[in-house]
Amino acid sequence: MSQAALATALVVAQTMLALALCLCAYRLIRGPRAQDRVTAIDALYMNALLSIVLVGIRTGSQLYFEAALIIALAGFASTSAVAKFLMRGEVIE
Amino acid sequence: MLAPDLPPVAALAVAVLAVLGSAVALVGALGLLRLKTFYDRVHPPTLSTSLGLFCIVLASIVTFSVLGSRLVIHEVLLFFFVTMTLPVSMMLLARAALFRDRVEAFDKQLAAEVRAAAQQEAADLAVAQAEAAALAELDAGPAHDDDAAYGSE
Repeated sequence: MSQAALATALVVAQTMLALALCLCAYRLIRGPRAQDRVTAIDALYMNALLSIVLVGIRTGSQLYFEAALIIALAGFASTSAVAKFLMRGEVIE
Repeated sequence: MLAPDLPPVAALAVAVLAVLGSAVALVGALGLLRLKTFYDRVHPPTLSTSLGLFCIVLASIVTFSVLGSRLVIHEVLLFFFVTMTLPVSMMLLARAALFRDRVEAFDKQLAAEVRAAAQQEAADLAVAQAEAAALAELDAGPAHDDDAAYGSE
């Protein structure tokens, strides 16, 4: 009983996160300027990270935590690099 | 449907935390979609990275602690890492946007000034040409009359 309720709640949570991903993707495609797109992709990978942690809870496997950590790391590096590119026109000076 | 087999209290806690965290993330994405300017839109995604991440990480900690019958807190690492790094990248992004807006405004102002100067110069040139034409006419008129006068004498 509690297992079924938990499964339902996880489905609801994952659906909401998928919706959030769609909204971020819309802003990514639409977003009038480059900085809007970068903000959108930042929010996008953050929501994907939350979604992956939820998959980890669902399967009871610790592997997904490491994937989430790597996504956080790569996302921070890429967002900083793109912000620097928007500022200066080059990443490594 | 796949879900870990947890005791009812833990299952309830995990369900509530997961749904709450996802709802907060959804609100953040909605804000990203709806707000008008870029400087407004920088803020809402931080909702999903602070409270949303906190709730879901807490749900993960509860799940794995109950499943493993021991305290599993390495998910805290994820929360701390994101909390440390996200303000840095967002601030870099906001400063880049500010810089771009300033450069654009400066370029626009410069173009307007150049255009105004060109118009002023054209107007000056027209006035000078008109004056030169009037002077030439003034010079030519009496000289012609003088010639006629000399010729008649």
